[in-house]
Amino acid sequence: MNAVNDPTQTDIPRFVFKDCALIAIATHKRAATLKELRDHIETLSPDSLYYHFWGNLLLPHFEEAEYINDFASWVRHSLHDAKLAEQLAVLDPTFYNNPEDLRYRLLEYIDDRLEESEYLQWSQASQRFQFIRSQIVVFESRTSVAAPQEMVGVIPLLSTNSIFYHFIDSRRRTESNIDDFRQWLGFFGGTYQPLIDQLSKIDPYFVTLTQLRQQLAATFQHYFTETVS
Amino acid sequence: MTSMLESYAAVAGEDVIRHLQQLTRPLRGKTMVHVNSTRVGGGVAEILEKMVPLARELGIDARWEVITGDSEFYQCTKSLHNAIQGNQIGIPETQLNHFREVNEQNANQLRPILEEADFVFIHDPQPAALLQYCKERKGKWIWRCHIDASHPYRRPWRFVEQFVRGYDASIFSLPQFVQPMPHPSYIISPSIDPLSDKNIDLPQEELDSVRGYFGIDPDAPMIVQVSRFDRFKDPVGVIEAYKMAKCYIPNLQMVLAGGSATDDPEGEAVLNEVRFAAGDDPDIKILLLPPDAHRTINALQRLADIVLQKSTKEGFGLTVTEALWKGKPVIGGDTGGIRLQVINFHTGFLVNTPEGASLRIRYLLNQRQKMEEMGIKGKAFVRENFLLTRQLREHLTLMVALQHHANDRIEVSG
Repeated sequence: MNAVNDPTQTDIPRFVFKDCALIAIATHKRAATLKELRDHIETLSPDSLYYHFWGNLLLPHFEEAEYINDFASWVRHSLHDAKLAEQLAVLDPTFYNNPEDLRYRLLEYIDDRLEESEYLQWSQASQRFQFIRSQIVVFESRTSVAAPQEMVGVIPLLSTNSIFYHFIDSRRRTESNIDDFRQWLGFFGGTYQPLIDQLSKIDPYFVTLTQLRQQLAATFQHYFTETVS
Repeated sequence: MTSMLESYAAVAGEDVIRHLQQLTRPLRGKTMVHVNSTRVGGGVAEILEKMVPLARELGIDARWEVITGDSEFYQCTKSLHNAIQGNQIGIPETQLNHFREVNEQNANQLRPILEEADFVFIHDPQPAALLQYCKERKGKWIWRCHIDASHPYRRPWRFVEQFVRGYDASIFSLPQFVQPMPHPSYIISPSIDPLSDKNIDLPQEELDSVRGYFGIDPDAPMIVQVSRFDRFKDPVGVIEAYKMAKCYIPNLQMVLAGGSATDDPEGEAVLNEVRFAAGDDPDIKILLLPPDAHRTINALQRLADIVLQKSTKEGFGLTVTEALWKGKPVIGGDTGGIRLQVINFHTGFLVNTPEGASLRIRYLLNQRQKMEEMGIKGKAFVRENFLLTRQLREHLTLMVALQHHANDRIEVSG
């Protein structure tokens, strides 16, 4: 393990930390009924879909929000349909390999509910759904590590946006749809497989970014102070 | 890190400041000018007072300019403000022509600065026409709309829109406020400055002194609404709510504290309506405070048991943010940005009527534990989302994004 931890003895690149900032842009698309919501979702750009599932983590929101994604929240609070809200709330974007699969499942739930409930064919929402898209600005943080154990000292100091970039945003950047940490640890062969397995158990969908940072830091800390020793 | 950045790091977190420093790197040395219509009074001036020096500390050549106008100009801009918020107000053509003239005069004064700047942020309708008189501009111009433009009265809106359409981007506080534009419309919530006199922690002696000065009984519950004397803030509705609640809580006290901004000619008329509604009730204090009475307002919010902001129209409602930051539950009008901040049973209650407000006043004053829990949640909510550092971050992001066209993912090197 010592050998692979020395980057001068391997071709493994340093892990260069990046940071990001997200900004919301109005699309001028709005929905007052479930049918309108459905039709807009069908043609929604992937970045807009992304925003409505993940944007809340980086932009002002109440952490104890009842629903994680905007669609479920709107269906519950503006259309007052508890059943569909539950179904949409369970949609976890990390589960889908690409935005089109996620969109397909989203539409499936809505179509089923529209067929099932005559009321929802014409019911007007108390507030319209506002479709938003986002721009993400990514920049280098000038921090990098060569060896996985250096993560222990670095992760607690990362901004929550950097955590978002490497643990969540990575899933739409990497071929295998995983976070950057696991991707990088994979370069060391099977050496860090137990750590990779532990990281894969962290579910980013139901925690705040601050909690996610704590979980990641604790996972690396635990691995290098207890498992390895 | 400079002392100013250290001070913000102490409140917002060191990671937040480091993040701002990194985001600023591609913008170092760029010039940024903010323009609004008043140096004192109102949320815009309060934000710029700190945001501009903070941006300078981060390495951006930032400055703040204020346009000047006469009473006719401010009468017109007040009408435009109300019309954009939906009031059906006809504005005489002579006033609209005067609006153009005043903007042209100000453009003549500011042209060298504005045309050279890399980024120009124009706040609200008052200086919106400056762009038209700065033909040789080099940088990106952004119109920042702080008011609720969701259902504007169409004719006055079209007058403002003709100027705004020429900008490179606009910013609205909430998605539902956005009017279609030929450029990107960004969504950025405003913020409060935790280190300003209005929001900083105050010593108990100062709170006691303010309480004594205004004759507030320390042993009786008190509700407070802090806002301009403006009909959209519904101060008369607040008095109605107070009177209904007082039937059940006889020692209830209320303070209505309003400042006056130099660009608001309507305030006095509304103040008279409020005084009439209050009658001779000694437990209602109507305070017309000078624009620099920030520490007094801060103290009044901290002395309150509950803060009200019963607006019927609201841009964002920074007084709500201020109250939450002080750990107070807020009873707010179910409108605009108040909806984003007041979460029923978590940070306060949204209401639509004086009756609704009265009911929630009674509920909270009978649920002290709940009030405390709401206060803790409210403060944490503001720390995470509505401090100046977050708004500055989004401005910087927007500036970087505007330099890189409309891509949804922008990689900045260096």
